[in-house]
Amino acid sequence: MNPKLRKFIEFCKDFSSNKVALVAFFIFLLILFVAIFAPLVSPTDPYDLNTVSIMNSRLPPFSEDFSGNYFLLGTDGAGRDMVSAIFYGLRVSLGVGVLSGIFALIIGSFFGISAAFFGGRYESLIMRIVDIQLSFPSILVALIILAAFGKGVEKTIIALILVQWAYYARTARSSALVEINKEYVDAARCLAFGNTRIMFKHILPNCMAPLIVVGTLQTAHAISLEATLSFLGLGLPITEPSLGLLIGNGFEYMYSGDFWISIFPGVALLITVASINLVGDHLRDMFNPRLH
Amino acid sequence: MLWFLLLKNSKMTAFICTRFAQSILVLFIMSLLVFGGVNLVGDPVEMLINPEADQAEVERVIRELGLDRPVTEQYWYFLVNAFKGDLGSSFIFGEPALKLIIQRMPATLELALFSLFISLIIAIPLGIYAGYNPDSKASKVIMAGSILGFSMPTFWVGIIFIMIFAVQLGWLPSTGRGEIGTFMGINSSLFTLNGLSHVFLPALNLALFKISSVIRLTRAGTREIILQDYITFARSKGISEKRVVLIHVLKNILIPIVTVVGLEFGSLIAFSTVTETVFAWPGMGKLIIDSIYNLDRPVIVAYLMIIVTFFVFLNLIVDIIYTFLDPRVRIKGDHQ
Amino acid sequence: MKLINRLFIILISCLLSSVALAKDLTVGLKSEPSSIDPHYHNLGPNNAFATHIYGTLVGSDENQQHYPDLATSWKPINDTTWEFKLRKGVKFHDGSDFTADDVLFTAQRAQNVPKSPSGFGTYLKGKEFIKIDSHTIHIKTKKPYPLMPNDIMTVKIISKKNGEGATTADYNSGKAAIGTGPYKFVEWVPGDKIVLKANENYHGAGTGAAKYKNILFKPIKSGPARIAALLAKDVDFIDNVPPLNVAKMKKNPTIKLNSGSSNRVIYLHMDQFREDSPHITAIGGGKIKNPLMDVRVRKALSLAINRDAMVSKVMEGIAVKAGQLLPAGFHGVSDKMKPDPYDPEAAKKLLADAGYGNGFEMTIHGPNDRYINDAKIAEALAQMFSRIGIKAKVETMPKAVYFKRASRGGPNKSPEFSFMVLGWGAGSGEASSPLRALLHTYDKSIGMGRANRGRHSDPVVDKLIQKALGTVDSDARGKLLAEATEVAVGKNYGVIPIHYQMNTWAAKSSCSYTPRTDERTIATYLNCK
Repeated sequence: MNPKLRKFIEFCKDFSSNKVALVAFFIFLLILFVAIFAPLVSPTDPYDLNTVSIMNSRLPPFSEDFSGNYFLLGTDGAGRDMVSAIFYGLRVSLGVGVLSGIFALIIGSFFGISAAFFGGRYESLIMRIVDIQLSFPSILVALIILAAFGKGVEKTIIALILVQWAYYARTARSSALVEINKEYVDAARCLAFGNTRIMFKHILPNCMAPLIVVGTLQTAHAISLEATLSFLGLGLPITEPSLGLLIGNGFEYMYSGDFWISIFPGVALLITVASINLVGDHLRDMFNPRLH
Repeated sequence: MLWFLLLKNSKMTAFICTRFAQSILVLFIMSLLVFGGVNLVGDPVEMLINPEADQAEVERVIRELGLDRPVTEQYWYFLVNAFKGDLGSSFIFGEPALKLIIQRMPATLELALFSLFISLIIAIPLGIYAGYNPDSKASKVIMAGSILGFSMPTFWVGIIFIMIFAVQLGWLPSTGRGEIGTFMGINSSLFTLNGLSHVFLPALNLALFKISSVIRLTRAGTREIILQDYITFARSKGISEKRVVLIHVLKNILIPIVTVVGLEFGSLIAFSTVTETVFAWPGMGKLIIDSIYNLDRPVIVAYLMIIVTFFVFLNLIVDIIYTFLDPRVRIKGDHQ
Repeated sequence: MKLINRLFIILISCLLSSVALAKDLTVGLKSEPSSIDPHYHNLGPNNAFATHIYGTLVGSDENQQHYPDLATSWKPINDTTWEFKLRKGVKFHDGSDFTADDVLFTAQRAQNVPKSPSGFGTYLKGKEFIKIDSHTIHIKTKKPYPLMPNDIMTVKIISKKNGEGATTADYNSGKAAIGTGPYKFVEWVPGDKIVLKANENYHGAGTGAAKYKNILFKPIKSGPARIAALLAKDVDFIDNVPPLNVAKMKKNPTIKLNSGSSNRVIYLHMDQFREDSPHITAIGGGKIKNPLMDVRVRKALSLAINRDAMVSKVMEGIAVKAGQLLPAGFHGVSDKMKPDPYDPEAAKKLLADAGYGNGFEMTIHGPNDRYINDAKIAEALAQMFSRIGIKAKVETMPKAVYFKRASRGGPNKSPEFSFMVLGWGAGSGEASSPLRALLHTYDKSIGMGRANRGRHSDPVVDKLIQKALGTVDSDARGKLLAEATEVAVGKNYGVIPIHYQMNTWAAKSSCSYTPRTDERTIATYLNCK
């Protein structure tokens, strides 16, 4: 049998030993599916103004309108189906979270590995910036960016990348430091491979495990942070309604008893973040119990 | 004493000087970024002016607020005045931004302190229990709860608190700060019953995240300590388990926990922006959010600069203290 | 018998005074004033709040009609001079007398407050204040100026003795916050509370005497939170009840609601100055000549709006359909104009006549934190326009960004958007206010059309507005303004009115508020049993 495949099966077995994490993983897959295929699985397109009717605003869960549309989780103030709004919201929230995570991973591991590889002043400089940044709470970093440059999709993503990259850089550097002293790196050097090739073809793959652990936990954090910022009115614009914005919009209806507009998007957010966190937690225990 | 130590160790002096210079550099870059940024967004005059005002009045306001000058010139004035301790005047209130922020500081500090208190009294017993009986059902529930606590969006929980405790049950007020009492010369709403009833929900909300992390810290600490020799020794002497926990375990985990939590106090203040917005708590956090909405540029800049300065110097002090405690580690520039 | 009689009178007067003044009042305000200085910031919340502490020469009642406050009478004595007779025997909060000197001092100071983000210069410049005797003043202008009482109504009178050399900070701390109003200033903690106490020596005319010993104002920005505070009895009285909560609150016997229509019209501005409008395309995205330049298209859009649904569904019934710029009852309003009916068929026909039978695509821009339900209004409009073949997208944004872009976000500081949702409150209580700002040709040099973001321009309308502004005779001016509205709105569709905002106040059931058209929350208008 292919050794890589065997390793993978072993990993799967190992992962499945924790039932909670396994369930969380499948829930997450389901959420991911819904998010990716939101336009296909949603009962309606909540942002198509030709189908949404203001006449259906604030229907409670399990209700039906005159033309026979069924609203499982009710409708919001503009008459949008909550199920569809949540599906589309998941898409935005996950999209922003994952996209910023990938960029942060690329930027962070580039600086982390190159710092470990070159050492010296360059390393001190990078690590000094990382240290300084990590001494700030994440929400403050995001607040600085959004307060200074205004809200918007790209600005929110930039803020989230800035919040996360330092974690990746730190993790990448510390695992790269271990790898650099191993024989295969010496061998590659003897073969006169270029620095870039050694760093990213040889060292990086061996640092992936801890990076993935950090990546899962950071993505959960990014999604949650984006929701908070959007709720505060600083994150995504109203034209890209993420879960945070849906919750914020529902806030004003809370007092008139229309609880579903705010509660259900919150539950969706909670399940998403919790399932990623549970998976990440388990991965961390598996790969390296000492990490953090 | 400190200076003596510094002189004795020129390497250490150099280290501290570099760190200090770095901190100043960070502040400078931050001021450039923040000042440059806020001046790109929106038009404060359009926000402030009465819609009935004519064009001449609009131009007077632009001049009055100094917005007719180039951004570089405005920035230079800002820097010069900042060195004199003047961070500019609020466009909206017309008063020094620094004064506005200091006015609201007590409310934020009181909220943060009270939530710290709540998180410690809830989390430490739970953490000790979970560390003491790691395999019991209750411990598993506690640990799962702490993951849930990490995952729950603070603002959403705040909304739910308001819905349950203020709207449905009517037990606690949902918004604002209560009456203020004076105790030993300190004015705080924590000294009146009405004030406590107002602070409870927001403080609990803010504490949520902290509770989760303190539970984890305490559990890990407890598990380490109960394996130590002196605990075994104490037990063998026939001291009751209750005493072992209360005296030995508690005493030994408290110091590291208080240290870590104390160092993270700043993050509590940063996160209070969210809680203050949900509960309309009149603190600094709400001021910054309101200022962002209203494009009150001087207040945005002043708040961000103050809080950045606070964190940069907190970090500097921690660094210096560590250096004194263990000079080898830091100066080598090792970041493991 | 005499003794009993006297005792009885004492008893009654004790009871009465205790009924009138023993109670304290706590108010939950949506927007707190940004200063206690009455001339620092000319904005709704400040002007409303200042009414408690300071008086004006001409008062403005709940319908923005004039009444004598610190002036007992006023009249034009020739084309360019108005005479104001001041009330005698009025005392400031510190016991000093109110005289013409205070008025002259106020007129000077109100237009020269350092760092003021929006001042009173608009109402005061070009007016020369002359003291005739201690209780008579003349105000001279270069040209005939009919709107004198409307302008003078906006300026709060401060005391010369306390105000000389005082800064805005001195007002905020209370040092200089001395007026003639029914309440005295006690304390302001920004973001937290403002405390006032009754002025026992109030002159009695004007807004009416103080009814509470102490008033505590608490700023509570979020609508839901204000309601919760009222339900929890944290506060006795709140303003700006969001429409969607009104229906449910009406059923609550412990709460008394009062709604009244305001002077604020919600309307649409349409790009009428660019052949190639930036946010309008043919169906599918191709270039198209700006259809909004054709009056038939503008009329079709108005007919496509189902104003009944807008009021009942979007505004939850808390609004009034609009056919012009101010509701009936205000000066200068036309009695001929009615709100356009909902007639999608006629609208489609008009579109076809204008050559846009296939419809077009456009983006509706609007704020999402400025007017009641503003973002929902924009979305509902898009739904309604889609019924006549116009594919409308909606883009809403916070007011912090919106107004700049709407006024001068385009090239050469021109308005950026093609189709905008906006609102206008007539602060002076006369149709001249929206007409000169929204529909007169944009002209910086004469201060006209400042908020004309669609750049509607019609010389006939301009002439009527300018003629009205120079006509001192009130009735004649009213007719001219009505005529200008009929041409600019009724015939030209320069803007499309949708509805008049209504405001709702809520108090505990023993109280009742007299709604004010200027949306102001003033404690003397609250009557409690």
